[in-house]
Amino acid sequence: MLKKALLLTVLTAFALATVAPAGAQTVVGVTATEIKLGNTNPYSGPASAYGTIGKVIGAYFKKVNEEGGVNGRKVNYITYDDAYSPPKAVEMVRKLVEQDQVAALFQTLGTPTNSAIHKYVNQQKVPHLFVATGATKWNDPQHFPWTMGWQPNYQTEGKIYAQYIMKNFPDAKIGILYQNDDYGKDYRKGMHDGLGEANAKKMIVMEQTYEVTDPTIDSQIVNLKNSGANVFFNVTIPKFAVQAIKKAHDIGWKPAHFLNNVSSSLATVLKPAGVEASRGLITALYMKEITDPQWKNDKGYQDWVAFMKKYYPEGALDDQSNAFGYTVAQAMTQVLKQCGTDLSRENIMKQAANLKSVEFPLLLPGIKVTTSPTDHAPIEQEQLAKFDGERWATFGELYDAGKK
Amino acid sequence: MLGYRFDVPFPDFLVYQFSVTLTYAIAILGLNMLTGYNGQFSLGHGAFYAVGAYVSAIMMDRWNVPYGWTIPVAGTLCLIIGFLFGLPALRLEGLYLALATFSLALAVPQILKYFEHWTGGSQGIVLNKPSAPFGLRLNPDQWLYFVTLGVLVLLFWLGANLLRGRVGRAIVAIRDNHIAAEAMGINTALYKSLVFGVSAAYTGVAGALSASVIAYVAPDSFNVFLSVTLLIGSVIGGLASISGAVFGALFIQFVPNWAQDISKAAPWAIYGVFLIGFMYVMPRGIAGALRLAAAGWWRRRPEPPAAAARSRR
Repeated sequence: MLKKALLLTVLTAFALATVAPAGAQTVVGVTATEIKLGNTNPYSGPASAYGTIGKVIGAYFKKVNEEGGVNGRKVNYITYDDAYSPPKAVEMVRKLVEQDQVAALFQTLGTPTNSAIHKYVNQQKVPHLFVATGATKWNDPQHFPWTMGWQPNYQTEGKIYAQYIMKNFPDAKIGILYQNDDYGKDYRKGMHDGLGEANAKKMIVMEQTYEVTDPTIDSQIVNLKNSGANVFFNVTIPKFAVQAIKKAHDIGWKPAHFLNNVSSSLATVLKPAGVEASRGLITALYMKEITDPQWKNDKGYQDWVAFMKKYYPEGALDDQSNAFGYTVAQAMTQVLKQCGTDLSRENIMKQAANLKSVEFPLLLPGIKVTTSPTDHAPIEQEQLAKFDGERWATFGELYDAGKK
Repeated sequence: MLGYRFDVPFPDFLVYQFSVTLTYAIAILGLNMLTGYNGQFSLGHGAFYAVGAYVSAIMMDRWNVPYGWTIPVAGTLCLIIGFLFGLPALRLEGLYLALATFSLALAVPQILKYFEHWTGGSQGIVLNKPSAPFGLRLNPDQWLYFVTLGVLVLLFWLGANLLRGRVGRAIVAIRDNHIAAEAMGINTALYKSLVFGVSAAYTGVAGALSASVIAYVAPDSFNVFLSVTLLIGSVIGGLASISGAVFGALFIQFVPNWAQDISKAAPWAIYGVFLIGFMYVMPRGIAGALRLAAAGWWRRRPEPPAAAARSRR
């Protein structure tokens, strides 16, 4: 008991000591020389593969700081491990807000983890910017004015495929394979909504699901083939995408094959599945696929490689997450630049909602980041691309979910 | 120091951390009854924690039941589930029981996703934090801290009475030698199932409290690692010790954070070092080590004059 009391006292003293100086500042998280940004990422636990995003962002801010910072201020990027656990995310985000006193939260990763802090950060009026999740709920400025998404959401992408199918395959018999969770269901909903109720009933001949813990999806593919489907909407993460592409090829099923953006990597999906089996796949892209040879001589790509070699040499050059983190860190830097000398939370949020057709080097040419006080979905454009055996060849127009 | 404390408000995030620690302490005491006192291993207590949290969250979310009422309901439900699970588990001992309970920990997060209509699937359920009643000048975090503390004190008092009395001796006797215990007329089957039920009830109450403290439940909050963490807490704190639950909870709450402060690159390696260090220095857990230290001090203390006079006589 005595020891516990002692521990409590020590902890209290420690916490007080770190909190005390904050009262002197007028603008939270900002001094004459630095601005504090907070982040949580899964560096351990089931989603630790995404942890590299948090690291590459840190490396990018290191580069920014070495080059003089933003408007003379260095970015102090504080990132904690939440292990993809909602309670831990709440704890770490509260630490960032209440103890570290960050000016803004940026790129907190994961749908369940961000759901857990959603209400809290909006009550505290802390900018909660460019969250790393494909769920649809982050673009709700009316109820959650301090939260903003980043990537196109899954439902939007599903709709893009639906529109393409209706135009080009009016007699399609669609078979869907999706992961049995929010991610899979969001894609499925996008497809259903895009087709419309009547068409969905008529065109979708079979839907199959799998659990992320399943060892194989062979039987689902056989079922889909036997259903007579001639269009295959493949909503799977990389491991299962490889299996699906291979199995369909092996059993001689040749539908028009739509593969979700989640698994569009050449290095981790198409090549392991086999170039022949992958030929003709269609996906929707918004970023340059970094393992695609067509970008080898692209300036944006080369700059990114040079950055990786200098600031994050342990990061993998065939992991799209590293390009993703790099790009979103550029967007955050852009917001800070626009803020000028006023780095209050209100102004950071105002500037984040004031991005006007900004282009970033690793986004597909023509894709522009746009936000407004009523539009908290920065990237809403995507373009269809077909795998020609060597690269993703984009075709058709840019699809814009924001225009409607 | 004291004057200083009144100038600066106690940071809410620290209050939150301690509230979470208290819920862990309740869960660990529950696990400790089963593992420490009764000798039954469980790698699945995270499942009961999850059930408690979801029962409370669904009642609050669906039927607007005040949080206070959800806690006994969660506890009772977990008592029943735990008792029923304890019945077939009677046939399993040691490692086999550990594996059977482990399957619970594996299954529950997926089952939660399956009943999406009730549980909100992997999006989970977002809750409101209750505010303090009777016009108390406490913010929701502080109020929840005191609620959790109150429940903890009550459950620890009940637990101490249970374990230090006749029932407790029976429970320990079963652990030490169940044949001898049976020969003395103890109904081992009934006691073992009951301990399982009570243990699950404690953990369920802890889960229900955590739902309000965190104001959010999702399947990802209750993965397998939670069950392992609770077991770590009960061993580090001290098996078969009531105060050990508090020390264990402090360990599992704060040591991972310190490990992260020491090394961002390999926090779990540092955590592992801490774990091995603790087990090496204090093989009976923190509570066991304190007890030893206290006993040592008692033996070495100078003889009080009255006792000395008596011994001279």
